Amino acid sequence: MPASVRAARLFCLFLAALLLFNYPLLAVFSGPGSVLGIPVLYAYLFAAWLAVIALAALLVRRLA
Amino acid sequence: MLGPSVVAAAALAYLGLLFAVAWYADRRAAAGRSLIANPYIYSLSLAVYATAWTFYGSVGRAASDGVGFLPIYVGPTLMLLLWWFVVRRMIRIAKANRITSLADFIASRYGKSALLGGLVTVVAVIGILPYISLQLKAISGSFDLLMRYPEAVVSARPAPVPFLQDTAFQVALVLGLFTIAFGTRKLDAAERHEGMVAAVALESLVKLVAFLAVGVFVTYGMYDGFADVFARAAAQPGLRALMTPFGSGERYADWAWMTAMSMLAIVCLPRQFQVAVIENVDEKHIARAVWLFPLYMLLINLFVLPIAFGGLLHFGGTQVDADTFVLTLPLAHHREGLALLVFLGGLSAATGMVIVETIALSTMVCNDLVMPVLLRLTRYNFREREDFPGLLLDIRRGAIITILMLGYLYFVMAGDAFALVSTGLISFAAAAQFGPALLGGLYWKGATRAGALAGLTGGFAVWLYTSLLPAVAKSGWAATDLLARGPWGIEWLKPTQLFGLPVADPTTHAMLWSMIVNVGAYVGVSVFGRAASAGEQAQAARFVDVFGETAETLPLWRGAKSVESLQAVLARFLGPARAAELFDAYAASRGVAGAASLAADAELVHFAELQLAGAIGAASARTMVATVAQEAPQPLPIDQVMTIIDEASQVIAYSHELEGKQRELEAATAGLRAANERLQELDRLKDDFISTVTHELRTPLTSIRAFSEILHDNPGLAEAERHRFLGLVIKESERLTRLINQVLDLAKLESGLADWASEELDLREIAAEAANATSALFRSKGVALELAQDERVPAVLADRDRLMQVMLNLLSNAVKFCPDERGRVAVRVSARAGEVRVDVRDNGPGISPEHQKVIFDKFRQVGDTLTQKPAGSGLGLTICSQIIGHFGGRLWVQSERGRGSVFSFALPATATAPRAVEAA
Repeated sequence: MPASVRAARLFCLFLAALLLFNYPLLAVFSGPGSVLGIPVLYAYLFAAWLAVIALAALLVRRLA
Repeated sequence: MLGPSVVAAAALAYLGLLFAVAWYADRRAAAGRSLIANPYIYSLSLAVYATAWTFYGSVGRAASDGVGFLPIYVGPTLMLLLWWFVVRRMIRIAKANRITSLADFIASRYGKSALLGGLVTVVAVIGILPYISLQLKAISGSFDLLMRYPEAVVSARPAPVPFLQDTAFQVALVLGLFTIAFGTRKLDAAERHEGMVAAVALESLVKLVAFLAVGVFVTYGMYDGFADVFARAAAQPGLRALMTPFGSGERYADWAWMTAMSMLAIVCLPRQFQVAVIENVDEKHIARAVWLFPLYMLLINLFVLPIAFGGLLHFGGTQVDADTFVLTLPLAHHREGLALLVFLGGLSAATGMVIVETIALSTMVCNDLVMPVLLRLTRYNFREREDFPGLLLDIRRGAIITILMLGYLYFVMAGDAFALVSTGLISFAAAAQFGPALLGGLYWKGATRAGALAGLTGGFAVWLYTSLLPAVAKSGWAATDLLARGPWGIEWLKPTQLFGLPVADPTTHAMLWSMIVNVGAYVGVSVFGRAASAGEQAQAARFVDVFGETAETLPLWRGAKSVESLQAVLARFLGPARAAELFDAYAASRGVAGAASLAADAELVHFAELQLAGAIGAASARTMVATVAQEAPQPLPIDQVMTIIDEASQVIAYSHELEGKQRELEAATAGLRAANERLQELDRLKDDFISTVTHELRTPLTSIRAFSEILHDNPGLAEAERHRFLGLVIKESERLTRLINQVLDLAKLESGLADWASEELDLREIAAEAANATSALFRSKGVALELAQDERVPAVLADRDRLMQVMLNLLSNAVKFCPDERGRVAVRVSARAGEVRVDVRDNGPGISPEHQKVIFDKFRQVGDTLTQKPAGSGLGLTICSQIIGHFGGRLWVQSERGRGSVFSFALPATATAPRAVEAA
């Protein structure tokens, strides 16, 4: 896979993350309630964060 | 067990450890075995982003705002995903141009503008002051807490003390001295600090470990895991609200603005630029940092919410500042070891920030503020001074102390009015002002120096008014009326609600207006203002096209006076030994014996400028190098070259067209020349003709005159003699008349003015008639004439008189050249394929081949005209040829010397049926 494709995928991840961490997705998860005892907003934010990091790690593996 | 001496000793021992690590890393770097050349150290050094703000302030923010602390880390996570695109570009540019700081970078991008570099420095220093005061406050606050242990942990500030006894002042002083010892021991031409990076990486580890330790203690020691903390908090209505903080829509906008601001801060803060770009060893390290650094931030934030809720649950109702929960919770549970670890973690977070920030700022102050001014004001005195490296280091040392003292001043003025995070956000908003010029300059070639100046000035002014002024005013240092009712009571100028904009969050408000002004002025002035100079455009191209090939090829210098003069300039700033070393290395890389044998060419000047730029910044380096080097003629940026090429291709198109025109012209000229030659030839022929005609006319005239004179002068001449002479006169006159008639006839024929009749003729009739007409002549000469003809001969279309003229001419010619008495002339009229042919054969002397070619020309007569009297005008055959040609036929001769000749002509037959013979 050429580097430009990997770079493009990384940029798409950025756009996806932009979506994940903003209105309206944020509003979807900002209601009351909890997941495994953790308020749903907190759980969502950290889970999304971890997912972005994991995907980034996958995408950049052979970027350099 | 905790006491002032223990805490102070631990703090000093920790700083000593940092110093040792830095020293070791510097030694390793000098030995060429870099300690920091790996992506993990690079990622950890980026974590200098997590300061006391993160370490203490996040919990404070979370305690009042729930997840409100998170955008500060989500923003950088987003930006790290763009790291490969943005920062890799910056690293390339910085390495190619030996950029030393953020101010240097921006100044270089916009034509190495000293003014812009100075402005960036001023904005950075003023903007960062709240941020530094935050660190001072955190360190001194935590120190005070430990001092007072085990008394109350309420962090209400004690009564004001003289500043010399103020912990914050002492912390500022110690940090300043430490940073000086740390970062300004020697002047590095590359302006990289491997020791500092190693120490910062270690500090990042320490603060992470400390924070995770206190997080685990609170979550699992004081409570029974995350779910337990949140469940207990949810039981309290006041705390439950923190779990769903996005009440109204406006909060999403605040969140988005804070995220955007943090995205900018992670590259625009001077210290972040320093570790991310300047200190980067290898751009490949970026790839792993893209996820390692966000992972670090996730980890250090993992326990923020449990600690905040734990603190709120534990201290509920008391006056404990939430910004101190990280320390006061272990203290409240008498975990002294943990508290000391937390203190060291906070110290790490704060010192890391202060060290890198002040080193970065001092470089900017020295290279982009003080040096340009000094070089301008006292250029001549400077030349005599020897110890420039020492001076540069002194300037930096002074800058470090000054910045820390200003930070302390801000702390005194406004430190108490805001929580840690709110204080830091003021600085973030200031740093974000660099965003448009910095990022725009990477991709947009059209961005100009004037645009950058306007954007930064406007944005900074708005920031001063909407962000810094309220912070200072709120602390009671300015009339509080200003905030409540606006300046001079003008409501719509209220700093926190400019133009009446109903935005509650001060950060959102300040960012909104400052970015509108900043981006608006930056883009507007760049687009509508005057075009950038060629030098500025060249720099823009170097930056924007850094991944292309054009970046390296534009020469900026023509050459220097001499190698020695260049080396002397370098020696002044880097020291003679280092300068000689650099020049020798350069000479070696060029395969030249030594620095002395180098040519003072453009490349050497560029090399020297880059080395100098590494020490004193791009703008100052250019000023210094310019004292001994000549600038190249204005280098053209690539797009200007493209414009020129465009124009050139148009010119080429034009010239192609021109070439075509020229070819046409040449063809026309050749045609004209040929026509002219033809005309000249015709002119010559006409002259020949006239002279020939004149000559031919004179001959009979001369005879006529001679005989007339004889008759006139001799009245007694015998009658017979007189008669003979008169006969000669008549004969010559007839000849003259005939000649003149023929000339006129020919002129008529040639000019096309002759009257031609056209009728169907039988050539046999013409031949017979002509034979009849000349029979007397034949008889007188004793020449026999035979007439032969085909039975069926088609008619021809011609003029009877003209054809008769031709026949008579041919017959009289034949009889003329036939020998008397033995002569024989045969005329034959025959029908050939589609034409009627007439042959007139004689048994005369014949015509040689060379004469055959010319006898149809005018006045050409066969035979020696000198010895033989011409027997005709010389125009007969020419006229015959013209007549036959006119009716579409041809006239030719076949002859052999001594065997007679045959004159023949052929005319095309008409379509009508051939007529039978009428008479012979």
